Amino acid sequence: MADIEAPLVAAAAKPGQFVIVCLSTAYSERIPLTIAGVDAKKGTIRLVWQAVGKSTAELAELRVGDKVENILGPLGKPTHIEKFGTVVCVGGGIGNAPLLPIATAMKKAGNKVISILGARMKELLILEEEFKTISDELIVVTDDGSYGKKALVTEPLEEICKRTPKPNLTVAIGPAIMMKFCSEVTKKFDVPTVVSLNTIMIDGTGMCGGCRVEVGGQTKFVCVDGPEFDGHKVNFDLMMKRMNAYKKQEAQALEEYKKHKCKIGLDG
Amino acid sequence: MDEQQLLDELLKKHKAGTLKPSDRYTIPPQPMPLQDSVKRRSNVNEVALGYTKTQAQLEALRCLQCKNAPCVEGCPVRIKIKDFIAPIVEGDFKKALDIIKENSLLPAVCGRVCPQEVQCQLPCTVGKKFKAVDMSVSIGRLERFVADWGKKFHDESTPAVAAETGKKVAIIGSGPGGIVVATDLRRMGYDVTIFEAFHKPGGVMVYGIPEFRLPKAIVQEEIDQLKTMGVNIICNFVVGRTKTIKQLMEEDGFQAVYIGVGAGLPVFMGIEGEHLVGVYSANEYLTRANLMKAYQFGKGADTPIARLKKVAVIGGGNVAMDSARTAVRLGAEKVYLVYRRSEKEMPARVEEVHNAKEEGIEFHLLQNPKRIIGNSDGLVAAIECLKYELGEPDSSGRRRPVPIEGSEFTIDVDTVVVAIGNGANPLIGQTTPGLNLNKWGNIIVDENCKTSLQGVYAGGDIVLGAATVILAMGQGRTAAAAINEYLKNK
Repeated sequence: MADIEAPLVAAAAKPGQFVIVCLSTAYSERIPLTIAGVDAKKGTIRLVWQAVGKSTAELAELRVGDKVENILGPLGKPTHIEKFGTVVCVGGGIGNAPLLPIATAMKKAGNKVISILGARMKELLILEEEFKTISDELIVVTDDGSYGKKALVTEPLEEICKRTPKPNLTVAIGPAIMMKFCSEVTKKFDVPTVVSLNTIMIDGTGMCGGCRVEVGGQTKFVCVDGPEFDGHKVNFDLMMKRMNAYKKQEAQALEEYKKHKCKIGLDG
Repeated sequence: MDEQQLLDELLKKHKAGTLKPSDRYTIPPQPMPLQDSVKRRSNVNEVALGYTKTQAQLEALRCLQCKNAPCVEGCPVRIKIKDFIAPIVEGDFKKALDIIKENSLLPAVCGRVCPQEVQCQLPCTVGKKFKAVDMSVSIGRLERFVADWGKKFHDESTPAVAAETGKKVAIIGSGPGGIVVATDLRRMGYDVTIFEAFHKPGGVMVYGIPEFRLPKAIVQEEIDQLKTMGVNIICNFVVGRTKTIKQLMEEDGFQAVYIGVGAGLPVFMGIEGEHLVGVYSANEYLTRANLMKAYQFGKGADTPIARLKKVAVIGGGNVAMDSARTAVRLGAEKVYLVYRRSEKEMPARVEEVHNAKEEGIEFHLLQNPKRIIGNSDGLVAAIECLKYELGEPDSSGRRRPVPIEGSEFTIDVDTVVVAIGNGANPLIGQTTPGLNLNKWGNIIVDENCKTSLQGVYAGGDIVLGAATVILAMGQGRTAAAAINEYLKNK
């Protein structure tokens, strides 16, 4: 997690939008990351990411005071915020981070906010305290039962959908597979569901089309048409296949990077 | 007789004033020296190496110096073509360059990427005489020679800047159009800021056109020159999101705006299988390769690209050629270019079609994919194509391709690059109330490139749909003049 000074982005950012980070101009990748918070006064934005590849690992190496050469944003359409009634906010893993500003805005708009936070284990659960302060009800689950209830997020989600009256809206942000199953659950109960997609992209402004997904049988670009879509219409299976396109190269690059790092460590 | 002897004799006659058009017709058209077609398959260095001094003078001597100069009419920015060719004969390349620069700011770029065969070289009298456009004087190659000579031997001076007007102009997009508007207005003393969404300026010249056709160092020099003149260039700023046009004008004091955001959303074919892994838009494929330098993945660059064995590129334009030739350089063993019309209808430059063939790209003409077939992992495995024949001419004047029923066949491929054009990017339109767009989302402008909004001008691909570097530059020039007219009385 990092707070990064980017006053123009901070001034314009709304919940649900993302930025593209590029560590060095010559050779670095462009990494899309959803904005997890904004301090407009300080002119900073908060980013939360998981070090899964070389570029995100490099990003994790940054220390206080370091510079990121390029940040572009805010990108994508902001979340549609209004008073819906009861809104269930479902976060999985680091998805909790971009979910927080949305849940906060939903609460501010007068909604009853029920938050479900999921993580693989206790150590990986983030932002519980922050969600506690803005939620009318908070449910925590872990895959291994090390904290909260041992369950997947879909279990409490289904229980909440069974209540009368049923919730008016669900917002689910997390791994693709989680969003897929959340959408399947809410579909059964006909509860509208918004998901935030984080597909592979380059420019983030509509030019490359790498981020395209199938929504309701139509091709949509996550960067300009999204990142939020109707979860009941997204073709998640196709999307998950596309997200694995560079798995091999990503692993190879991370491996190389770690090896290199180790050597530096030994020399030092 | 070798080249030099031929040149000496011709120059002797030329000086004596006895060189007749019939003599000029006998001079062989000078071929462009090219990098070896086998070697260049495995490097990204420039393919066309440029004329030698002798070649340039010989080619210049082929020009008849026609009084009516039909070539000038064919040039979107009206370069004084015969006037710049005359001093080349004399070896006065500096004078030639100065004449070009009166009308064109980026001769090193235009000499390389302009489609001269459908512009200045099409009406050339020499070509007409031989009834073959490839016999026309090679104006583009001469332009490039002069521009390169200037860069090498003549310490180019930065264009002079007039006294500051104190008025601010915002330019959206740092492509060829934006660069021209910026240069023209800065020369007139305006305070100019270019906003670029990518992390490097240059637009299509940097992300799209490959290194082997337009070395990035040339684009960088043009950008550096802008900076020396005092133009501000702000990267990582997406107008419409970081700030809107309204904010720029109302909060930041920009009195005029030029929108040159270029090609927007890639068009896909809308066929089955386009979401499979291994299907790229040409924009994505070229951006990964050029801007992000994916050809150096693992050797510095962090952005990956599919390095597969059998690539099909769909389309027949310059972008399709660029994609196919990039695939060759990324190590593909087989590269197919699939185009639904015949070679005659291809919008790509003849020269690039020729180069592509030389590099071993297999042309599949009068064919078009019907669907893309995937394997169980969601990767591309093949394309199923239909054969086509040409019917009656359509609205573009080209004969319409008609599919032949039952002619399906498959080609095994693992990558598909779709290069069939771009739609308009919706970002500016969505975030700029009052800006009139046509039904395709392109911005509507008048003959001065003025939009429906006061002080807002636009040009290039976002107006024309699909244009070229030189057309974007032509509109940029028009817009700059109109912006000056508008602001000088404000």
